[in-house]
Amino acid sequence: MIQPGLVLGVSFGYLLLLVAVAAHGDRRAGQGRSLIDNSFVYALSWGVYCSAWTYFGSVGRAASGGVWFLPIYLGPMLAMLLAWLVLRKMVRIARSYRITSIADFIASRYGKSPLLAALVTLITVVGILPYIALQLKAVSAGYEALTGGPGQDGAAWWRDGTLYMALSLAGFAVVFGTRHLDLSERHEGMVAAIAFESAVKLAAFLAVGVFVTYGLFGGMGDIWARAQAQPQIADLLSLDGQGFQGFHGAQWFTLTLLSMLSVLMLPRQFQMMVVECVNERHILRASWLFPAYLLLINIFVLPIAIGGMLIFGDGGAGAESYVLTLPLSQGAVWLALLAYIGGLSAATGMIIVETVAVSTMVCNDLVMPALLGSGRFARKGGDLTRLLLNIRRAAILLVLLLGYLYFHVAGEAYALVSIGLISFAAVAQFAPALLGGMYWRGATRAGALGGLLGGSLVWAYTLMLPSLARSGWIGAGFLDGPMGLGFLAPQRLFGMAGFDELTHSLFWSLLVNVALYVGLSLRGRASAREASQALLFVEVFERGQAQPVFWRGRARPEDLRRLAGRFLGAARAEALFRDHARETGTALDNLTADARLVDRVERQIAGAIGTASARVMVESVAQEEPLSLGDVLEIIDEASQVRIYARELEEATVELRAANEKLKSLDQLKDDFMSSVTHELRTPLTSIRALTELMLDTPDIQPHERKEFLAIILSESERLSRLVNQVLDLAKIESGMAEWHNTDVDLKALIVAALRATAELFRERGAEVVLDLPDQVPLLLADPDRLTQVLVNLLSNAAKFVPEGRGRVQVALREQGSELVVTVCDNGPGVAPQDQAGVFDKFRQGGEAGNRPQGTGLGLPISRQIIANLGGRIWLDSQPGRGACFGFALPKGGADGR
Amino acid sequence: MADRVLIADDEPNIVVSLSFMLKREGYEVLVAPDGTQALAAIRAERPRLVLLDAAMPGLSGFEVCEAVRADPGLSGIRILMLTAKGRDTDIARGMGAGADAYVTKPFSTRDLIARIREMLA
Amino acid sequence: MRRRDGPPAQVLLALCGAGFLLFNFPMLLVWDQPLTVLGLPLLPVALFAIWAGLVAALAWVSARRGGRGAKDAPDDNKVDR
Repeated sequence: MIQPGLVLGVSFGYLLLLVAVAAHGDRRAGQGRSLIDNSFVYALSWGVYCSAWTYFGSVGRAASGGVWFLPIYLGPMLAMLLAWLVLRKMVRIARSYRITSIADFIASRYGKSPLLAALVTLITVVGILPYIALQLKAVSAGYEALTGGPGQDGAAWWRDGTLYMALSLAGFAVVFGTRHLDLSERHEGMVAAIAFESAVKLAAFLAVGVFVTYGLFGGMGDIWARAQAQPQIADLLSLDGQGFQGFHGAQWFTLTLLSMLSVLMLPRQFQMMVVECVNERHILRASWLFPAYLLLINIFVLPIAIGGMLIFGDGGAGAESYVLTLPLSQGAVWLALLAYIGGLSAATGMIIVETVAVSTMVCNDLVMPALLGSGRFARKGGDLTRLLLNIRRAAILLVLLLGYLYFHVAGEAYALVSIGLISFAAVAQFAPALLGGMYWRGATRAGALGGLLGGSLVWAYTLMLPSLARSGWIGAGFLDGPMGLGFLAPQRLFGMAGFDELTHSLFWSLLVNVALYVGLSLRGRASAREASQALLFVEVFERGQAQPVFWRGRARPEDLRRLAGRFLGAARAEALFRDHARETGTALDNLTADARLVDRVERQIAGAIGTASARVMVESVAQEEPLSLGDVLEIIDEASQVRIYARELEEATVELRAANEKLKSLDQLKDDFMSSVTHELRTPLTSIRALTELMLDTPDIQPHERKEFLAIILSESERLSRLVNQVLDLAKIESGMAEWHNTDVDLKALIVAALRATAELFRERGAEVVLDLPDQVPLLLADPDRLTQVLVNLLSNAAKFVPEGRGRVQVALREQGSELVVTVCDNGPGVAPQDQAGVFDKFRQGGEAGNRPQGTGLGLPISRQIIANLGGRIWLDSQPGRGACFGFALPKGGADGR
Repeated sequence: MADRVLIADDEPNIVVSLSFMLKREGYEVLVAPDGTQALAAIRAERPRLVLLDAAMPGLSGFEVCEAVRADPGLSGIRILMLTAKGRDTDIARGMGAGADAYVTKPFSTRDLIARIREMLA
Repeated sequence: MRRRDGPPAQVLLALCGAGFLLFNFPMLLVWDQPLTVLGLPLLPVALFAIWAGLVAALAWVSARRGGRGAKDAPDDNKVDR
């Protein structure tokens, strides 16, 4: 046993340390070097999930139910898998609209409804009191276990240590939880202290776990080996051993789902995860650090539970303090004290954050509306910031005292775990309205109200009231149904027996909740404000900064300024208006109270007094035109139109740029073509003009010279007219203006005719032509003149390049699959690989300088156009020194319709 | 002694007309059918004037002109560019390469011979 | 434009679905065998192992897709003060 003085002294010392940590956190924040802007600290602060209920209760639960303590931690694991999707959206919404509590979140989503905010707050307060009582109970029970006696039984209330404990925690929460008025400003010191507490409780629990497992026993295997000797302990570790049946599966599932929802919906979790979030990207790492933390803190639960049962005999209720009594029984006094400090961390962390979160809701959503409702207050001017902070401080004290009261009145009837689950089931009622509201635009305020009200009434009837009945506040007969109506028995509604009370209650309450939520939402119509808020929530990521502002009306800047001054303080109000003036580029004195400014002021005030109250206040100074649903749809439409326009504009710009590039390159192509044509036309003209002039100016020219000159002039004239014809021809084909006279064509006959036309060329060059033609080929549908043009081009091309005197040209026609293929192969110099790609380009003439054959450089490009128009393809096959092989293929059916 | 003039052009018919014209005026005429041979002939024969076609296979007229201007041993050689490309950019390029004169095809033989006389005076 | 980063939604949903399946009835009956792993009963070992596996998987996809983590997060992720 430990002297009470020592326990109290150490506890007090620990609280002082906590104050120091929190003060340090606030100081660092003041210097702009935030301690909590860090994903590890962020994840540790989520550890506030593990309250005294985890610290003491898990071992107790494990001692009586084996692995049944686990679902409460498996659920958060599953929830964290979706944190990046769901939690990030919650954080983004809360940040965008300066939402500071779960009541605010739900109320804001459903049209900033004060009624909804009040309802959520009430459910929270009623649901959370048992939970706070549980923490006090744990601390007090731990104290008793350490000091070995009922410290305060029979003593007067002013000597009750638990009360002083509660009061000192209230003090801490007041100091670090209500420093500044704007709740959307983080409580840096408080978060730092909570993260510190999470580390302490983990370390303490692990220390006890290691002590029991490896100090008192020879490891986990040893504990299990000894446990097997005792059937009632061995049975703990198999579901079978506890008579596991189908509906236990449902209970397991219920606990998993419940904890999955609670880890997001509990006020303290919402506070830590959403309100105190510094940077969305911290979620990424915290979402796996947190379940890893849970895993660590649970890893020794079973060894401690079984170890305790082995040492103390079958534990029963005492198992909840094994963490303390095991070290104590072995004389490890300091370890026991450390374990107690760990438990104190768990309890105080939970109480501090929970009371701060709940006090915000009570102040903003219960007290403020009442105050604002009284007209005298609303009209009165003056700075209200101090009043607001005092309301919040009073609320913290009140919640803690109510928790203390509950602890005294009802705390003895239940084990820790059962109390905690009642609270879990209460906050689970928020899930449909909150999660549904983030993803379903059709959800309405009526649906949310109905669902919350129905769900929480069923929860109270099936879970809360029976707990009171067991504590003797209500006649025990109530448990068998009011007025003897058996089918209304709160724990066996409509005869649904066999489930444990939690599963039973959760099933009915969530059923009623979801049914009313969905049913009423589908049946009713959303008001304009609901519709606009729905849009802002559901599409918070899509809209980014360009959010539509749903406000129309008139307001005077002075009124807005006075309003902001009342709730934000004069300095911050001044800064707010200066920022707005700077961002809109207007002088401070010329500000008009347009929708953006009104929206901005409303959001800032919302950070201080909640969205619902902020709405009421803005309404009081502005002459608003009520928006109809049609107006809202119009604004949404405009907003999305703007988005669509912006996107279309962007796309159009890209297309325009591409088209411009294409045009430029086409222009370049045309330019090059024109330049080439000019060059090709000017060259023969040069010879013609020069020679003509020379003959004119040289009267004594020799006859043979005159004859040579005239021959050149003639041939250059022919070259000129050929060029002109081909340029026109190509232009016609390329522009699609050429006329095509397609008929049935015998390709073999065409080849023979083309050879006849070019026979003279070959004879001049002394070249031999070898024909390889089948007897019969199918007819083609094509323009015979055009096709002849191609054949003549290819043949004369070959004739030009074959070596003088020993030329040999092979012409072949084949049927290949669905095509007719013509090849013209020569034994000329061939085409170098780097030039092959360009042979079909305009004005690309092959051959050496000086002995370049006569040609315009347009024959092959024209041939390619013709073949392409007939639906075929043309190619060159050549290896330098081995001759060139031009070929083309045409589909047997002919060009389709051209 | 007659001035030596080099004709560098790949169009044989133009070479025929230019060499007839220059011989009639009493110049000694050299002929090169492409840029590479033109540069070689310039180095070997040191003509006083080169009639240089801009678009030739091998080295283009521009490149020949640049090579001549880059070679201090070839200073004093006058270059007259002939081109069928009449775009301003082509003219600018020719002058940039260091040509003394630039004549577009088709040209008047009377004008051309006057230019040549001027350049060789 | 919304930045597409962080782990992809499909992967997270699939992990969550797998977790739900592995942690619940009737898969529980599979783990609930009178066997021991390294001298420890299978049921708790299996649950803790799946748990650790899910944490590892989540850490992996977060690190892989989250890329450079929170260090160089752009300012628009910062919560207004």
